[in-house]
Amino acid sequence: MTYPLPFGELHGVFGWLYELLESTGLPQPWLDVVRYAALGALVFGVISLLALFLVWWERKIAAHIQQRFGPMRHGWHGWYQTVADAVKLLTKEDILVDTRDKFVFFWAPVICFVAAFLAYVTIPFGEGLIVADLNIGILYIMAITTFTIISLLMAGWGSNNKYALLGGIRSAAQLISYEIPMVASILVVVLFVGSMSMVDIVEAQSGWITNWYVFRVPFGPIAFITYIIAATAEANRTPFDIPEAEQELVAGYNIEYSGMKFAMFFLAEFANGFTVSAIAVTLFFGGWHGPFLPSWVWFLLKTLGVVFLLMLFRWTYPRLRVDQLMEFAWKFLVPVTFANLILAAWMKYAGWYW
Amino acid sequence: MSSYLAVLIFIFAGTGIVLFTFFLARLLRPSNPYPAKTVNYECAEEPIGDSWVMFNPRFYIFALIFVIFDVEAVFLFPWAVAFGQLGLYALVEMVLFILILFFGLFYAWKKGALQWV
Repeated sequence: MTYPLPFGELHGVFGWLYELLESTGLPQPWLDVVRYAALGALVFGVISLLALFLVWWERKIAAHIQQRFGPMRHGWHGWYQTVADAVKLLTKEDILVDTRDKFVFFWAPVICFVAAFLAYVTIPFGEGLIVADLNIGILYIMAITTFTIISLLMAGWGSNNKYALLGGIRSAAQLISYEIPMVASILVVVLFVGSMSMVDIVEAQSGWITNWYVFRVPFGPIAFITYIIAATAEANRTPFDIPEAEQELVAGYNIEYSGMKFAMFFLAEFANGFTVSAIAVTLFFGGWHGPFLPSWVWFLLKTLGVVFLLMLFRWTYPRLRVDQLMEFAWKFLVPVTFANLILAAWMKYAGWYW
Repeated sequence: MSSYLAVLIFIFAGTGIVLFTFFLARLLRPSNPYPAKTVNYECAEEPIGDSWVMFNPRFYIFALIFVIFDVEAVFLFPWAVAFGQLGLYALVEMVLFILILFFGLFYAWKKGALQWV
């Protein structure tokens, strides 16, 4: 059974909006523009809700790992603590440094958020539940999320602050180093599917659970492990959070930002964390496939599972040193991922897989 | 091409949403700057000099190696997509290509370019 794009099984919930739009009698190009703009607003809402939930969840997990309770006062187990935080951020004074580079300082959070936001164009949230199924899907996501590096450099440079500059260039060095193993791990899956479209990749893993690429031994698990390491680094999370190491750089690139500008960096960070988990689920865990429940519920459950894994990393591992970080990427991950890619290509050629 | 229209619209929509929230915050927030607030944060010390200074050239070397490998990744994507139809010839070609690049990486490694400290 096929579902109509882009709402899939949720067509019953949102489909009437489309019919309402079509009844206005706009010409087709404008119809598309209005449609995608509405979807953009919807995706922004989804990202905001996810970020609110993830911040609360992360604080609870951190607290329970450290044998505390975490937020408890506002609502059941403090569930609307982050809503209150968001309102607080909205009403905070925007403290601007005199010596900043005005243009660069202003646009850095905008670019950071837009780069994270654009990745959601082609994330398959469920069967047929995708804004636009780009034929270069995964390459597009890799390319567009790289803009985060530029925004972090801009934030570091524009602040005219020594900590911020150090944090910015460190994060640029880290992100470009881990980009290579990440791409090489993704290539293993692209090689087997023979397509870069996110929908094709998920469709290739339909059927029984053994069709998931994480279970294609030996290269599948290796690719997943190297991917999740590189993804942790790409999402700037501990043990790879050197750009924002609190104890040495205070906060890194976003040190001079406050109020809504800081909130945008924060939102983009959680949006990126969700994006890398969603890619992991799409590539290795069969995307939306699963029995009984609707496809988007499965996708959300699996993605939150991977997010949970990232949070466990964050609160159980100590931070790496800068030299360890860079040498681990170039001297270990890059050779391993490329060897794995050649192995996978050989096995695909020889047909030694099921 | 309609699906790439979505990317274009999302660029404008994302920028618009961010600028709108900045505008909203501007209506809601107080504004009371004074000199102690607008000076650079350096753990309560007076900052000495600019931070726009020369920094470690090692970042540049890493960026250079990254560019080489990123271009390689761009070549690898179409290869990976078409590999099913290409067969042994493509496999050997790509192994040679990766080996040549890894020879370069190994050279940089031995020269100490990957050494951070």
